Amino acid sequence: MTVAATELTALSLREAGAGIAAKAISSRDLVEAALARIAATDERVGAFLAVTAERARAAAAQADQRAAAGERRSELDGVPIAVKDIFATKGVPTTAGSRILDGWLPPYDATVVQRLEEAGAVLVGKLNMDEFAMGSSNENSAFRPCANPHDLSRTPGGSSGGSAAAVAARQVHGALGTDTGGSIRLPASFCGVVGVKPTYGRVSRYGVIAFASSLDQVGPLARSVEDAALLLGRIAGHDPRDMTSSTRPVEDYLATLEDGARGLRVGVPREWFQGGVDAGVEKVVRTALRTYEKVGAKLVEISLPHTKYGIAAYYLIAPAEASSNLARYDGVRFGLRAEAKGLRDMYAETRARGFGAEPKRRIMLGTYALSAGYYDAYYLRAQKVRTLVRRDFDEVFRSCDVVAGPVAPTVAFKLGERTEDPLQMYLADVFTITCNLAALPGLSVPCGVDGATGMPVGLQLVGRSFDEATLLRAARALEREAGPLPAPALAVGTMPGSEH
Amino acid sequence: MALSLEEVRRIAGLARLRLSADEERTFAVQLSAILDHVRQLEELDVSGVEPMTHALAAGESPALRADTVEPSLAPAEALAAAPAREGTCFKVPRIIE
Repeated sequence: MTVAATELTALSLREAGAGIAAKAISSRDLVEAALARIAATDERVGAFLAVTAERARAAAAQADQRAAAGERRSELDGVPIAVKDIFATKGVPTTAGSRILDGWLPPYDATVVQRLEEAGAVLVGKLNMDEFAMGSSNENSAFRPCANPHDLSRTPGGSSGGSAAAVAARQVHGALGTDTGGSIRLPASFCGVVGVKPTYGRVSRYGVIAFASSLDQVGPLARSVEDAALLLGRIAGHDPRDMTSSTRPVEDYLATLEDGARGLRVGVPREWFQGGVDAGVEKVVRTALRTYEKVGAKLVEISLPHTKYGIAAYYLIAPAEASSNLARYDGVRFGLRAEAKGLRDMYAETRARGFGAEPKRRIMLGTYALSAGYYDAYYLRAQKVRTLVRRDFDEVFRSCDVVAGPVAPTVAFKLGERTEDPLQMYLADVFTITCNLAALPGLSVPCGVDGATGMPVGLQLVGRSFDEATLLRAARALEREAGPLPAPALAVGTMPGSEH
Repeated sequence: MALSLEEVRRIAGLARLRLSADEERTFAVQLSAILDHVRQLEELDVSGVEPMTHALAAGESPALRADTVEPSLAPAEALAAAPAREGTCFKVPRIIE
């Protein structure tokens, strides 16, 4: 086997799996190439919080044995992947990007991790993220910053920043993230990869460290729509351990992937082009919309009138749920404990030392919104507005099949640019947040490059409940026309140390 | 709407968070700005609108499993990550002063 490591890391997930099936390459070669790539690039990128090299090598050896015996478990068998550090991994450190979980070894695997490993995928590590998935730039990680592989002075987006960066930087062939208000789609857009946030209930949340339980959803990040569809097909489906996971059968996303967009009604909400969308982003997105027309789709002008209230409703509902979910970090059963005389002081001291600024801010906000005298004015009103946001989508899906527009008003912003002003940071999610509030599926697919900065721009598509198949087919139709984005500079050519 | 330092301390107490004096001041300013932003929800007439109290799709209902005993974590596994333990119990500081 003499394929250069750089060529191996550039393979799509599908190609890597097919290579193993054809016995042209081995899982061992792929895993060594991924580990070498991580070693050569991650000091600068910062996508990984933990690299599980030995475990990965052992899993690769088993995958190669299965391939030799003609017993491959799936198309993913033997292919290196990584997951956001929000997924519990048995015996492997899991931090959710927080000091309060530093050193914690979960006693069980998240269902999605178990499903990927059952399919034979090889976990090479745990990926950087904003603390407890709270953030839009990965700068709230308690451990290390993460950079955008396309421009190391910019953020990869958040909160699944490490997931998007690792996939874009060719460190792994696919990754999992979570999306509560845009945390898969925003980094996917910023890093030029495909990111899918499925319908609430499509993927199990068991073993996913909870942030806002009525909004959190797990999804794949990958370098092609096909790879994302492949991963989604593996992780989706009912799990008896998550009561909110749906019992609906999982569709065969690959079966309809190449069916094109002819006759598809693409809704273009006027509100997604108002209020500060950068000219460069709008230009790329408008070009993508014209591409849809070119391939036979029909553009429909629509209105989502409650878009502008999304951020406000979200920043009451999500912190309220977070303040409740994060109550479990009390220094008793796992994680950090700060010693103090009485129980109450132990709680307060543990949480003071363990949580960073953003979780503290959101716990405060949520506690306030739920406290006596404010509940009706804030939390209950926000839940009513959530109903209005959902109705907006119900209404537009009478006249269109998918909704399309920008993922974010801007391309990836500079590291440090928004850290002083939390509200400014929250506004990055203005177009992604309503999809979570309405519990609908959404994705980001690369659609071009901003002329001024050379940074990737993603097109956001939102679909009907449980209609991931249409969403993926629509994304694939665009991808086929737009072609692959240029690989990040980091991934071009031979980097020192990346050969083996 | 400005949140007073006193109110910030009260909320921190409810949330079992010890804040430094610096944090109290910063949060008073930042939370006030965020609350100002969320007040735009008051522009909307929500009378007669049902609150969205769960995120399940129309027609979906929570999938309850059969009420049967299934394997779960052994006590030793459940206790393995505890900062302090005694026998098969989690150990905490004195509760009754």
